[in-house]
Amino acid sequence: MPSITREEVAHLARLARIELSDDELDHLAPQLDQIIGLVGQVSQVAADDIPPTSHALPLTNVMRADENVPCLTPEQALSGAPAQEEQRFRVPRILEED
Amino acid sequence: MSDLTRKTAAELAELMTSGQASSVEITQAHLDRIAAVDGDVHAFLHVDTEGALAQAKAVDEKRTAGQQLSPLAGVPLALKDVLTQEGVPTTAGSKILEGWKPPYDSTVVQRLKAAGIVILGKTNMDEFAMGSSTENSAYGTTHNPWDLARIPGGSGGGSSAAISAYEAPLAIGTDTGGSIRQPGAFTGTVGVKPTYGGTSRYGLIALASSLDTPGPCARTTLDAALLHEAIAGYDPMDSTSINQPVPAVVEAARNGDVAGLRIGVVKELGGEGYQPGVEARFHEAVELLTKLGAEVVEVSCPHFEYALPAYYLILPSEASSNLAKFDAMRYGLRVGDDGTNSAEKVTSLTREAGFGAEVKRRIILGTHALSSGYYDAYYGQAQKVRTLIARDFAKAYEQVDVLVSPATPTTAFAIGDRIDDPIAMYKNDLCTIPSNLAGNAAASFPCGLADEDGMPVGFHVMAPVMRDDLCYQVGAALESALAEQWGGVLMTKAPELEVTR
Repeated sequence: MPSITREEVAHLARLARIELSDDELDHLAPQLDQIIGLVGQVSQVAADDIPPTSHALPLTNVMRADENVPCLTPEQALSGAPAQEEQRFRVPRILEED
Repeated sequence: MSDLTRKTAAELAELMTSGQASSVEITQAHLDRIAAVDGDVHAFLHVDTEGALAQAKAVDEKRTAGQQLSPLAGVPLALKDVLTQEGVPTTAGSKILEGWKPPYDSTVVQRLKAAGIVILGKTNMDEFAMGSSTENSAYGTTHNPWDLARIPGGSGGGSSAAISAYEAPLAIGTDTGGSIRQPGAFTGTVGVKPTYGGTSRYGLIALASSLDTPGPCARTTLDAALLHEAIAGYDPMDSTSINQPVPAVVEAARNGDVAGLRIGVVKELGGEGYQPGVEARFHEAVELLTKLGAEVVEVSCPHFEYALPAYYLILPSEASSNLAKFDAMRYGLRVGDDGTNSAEKVTSLTREAGFGAEVKRRIILGTHALSSGYYDAYYGQAQKVRTLIARDFAKAYEQVDVLVSPATPTTAFAIGDRIDDPIAMYKNDLCTIPSNLAGNAAASFPCGLADEDGMPVGFHVMAPVMRDDLCYQVGAALESALAEQWGGVLMTKAPELEVTR
């Protein structure tokens, strides 16, 4: 019984917005199953009363003064855009046709 | 003048100060070297000939005008392609960023430029720093200058290969699970992961934000320390940057005295799965440090065995979130924008075409680990293990000043050997990962060649948070004692590369 099925991998790929071919799914699903076997070892550690560490350093929110600072020009911001129109990012249609 | 590419950064700086060489001459010598050997090594993804010579000329002019310059002014450097440099192609080893020219400099690059350090070009790496061999680069594998049939380590294999092929005396790497230290170990060079937050992540294309740390690569301990000092320190642009003075790394590298220093050998990082030649050189190095006056004891860090599984939950989780920005809308590749496909479809098609296999594997793993129903068992539990590993370190540092281990379980392996076995590949980072999870400083220093294959072995030093200087202190002691035995640093034993003209 695998810890993750081919169907689950296909579902996760959709959630992550990655198209996967059948060949890729065939290859990836068993590899992920093995990797999940490895990472699942964390469950062997008794850690019920241990606080989680999300970060190596004990930092709280860092704020800066609310002052204007130089930023990118529109030309710079758009310089890497795959498509632009009227000084804006041009994107494909957002809504599905009904 | 003898070959400028064989000099250390400190020696090159001295040649410039005394007027025996100019930065333009030094930079040109390294550009010539790149032209001669990089066809075989493939350390560079982009060589910025014009930009480098212009930077060099500017430094020479300032020097002629009698301006005060920083210690490494005019010395050339190779930059890992994961850090942005304004107007210079930056790909992070991925097709999804092919041709992208960032509109801004990362903080590391700003500081390099301010120090007058000449950036020769961008070095190859595993895609988005996911890998241990550079085989996951979308632009081909880098070859280890010690044996071109072997990998140079990863993800920063381009940086380690560039310095061990004498294409640059200095390089910048980034270390998330060992990507500076493991390539350093595999190429007989020095690689340092500073304390997390000791160097800025601003402009570093994020892999795992709570782990990523830029740091120096060099052929000697002193050179690494000089570069460390040039790039480290507080940066208001990075919310996790530490607002404290930079540890006295250069002083420690010049001092190199370990008399009375307490060194703990980590019991769990050795034994089964470790190559005999790696263990032999490691134990000899420990004996040498004992002779130099260090007090050595064995230390147990029982939770280190869970560092690898915890890391492969935390890293993919953070990576899957960080890489969501590659959506084909604002920059980078866009595929399938034919007027009928929706934005969502275009995003999916772009990510299918633009990401390589390992990146897809880790994004999907991270998506799984963060999904409802699994979060507590995977990501939540991994974060608790992270606490236990930090506690193991804290307890050890009550007893000793630094911890040591081999930097890697094996030496550099053959290209192709582990590419389709993710778990074997992940095990490269067994010794390096705990320091990323705990955030402390750590470094790899060359300690000899393994008998089985004649490949370099790395000696790993782990020091407490913001005690980066202790890594350099141990590294410098080891380096000078070994250089006395060998008649030069380990790199002098590297085979000569064939030169094309």
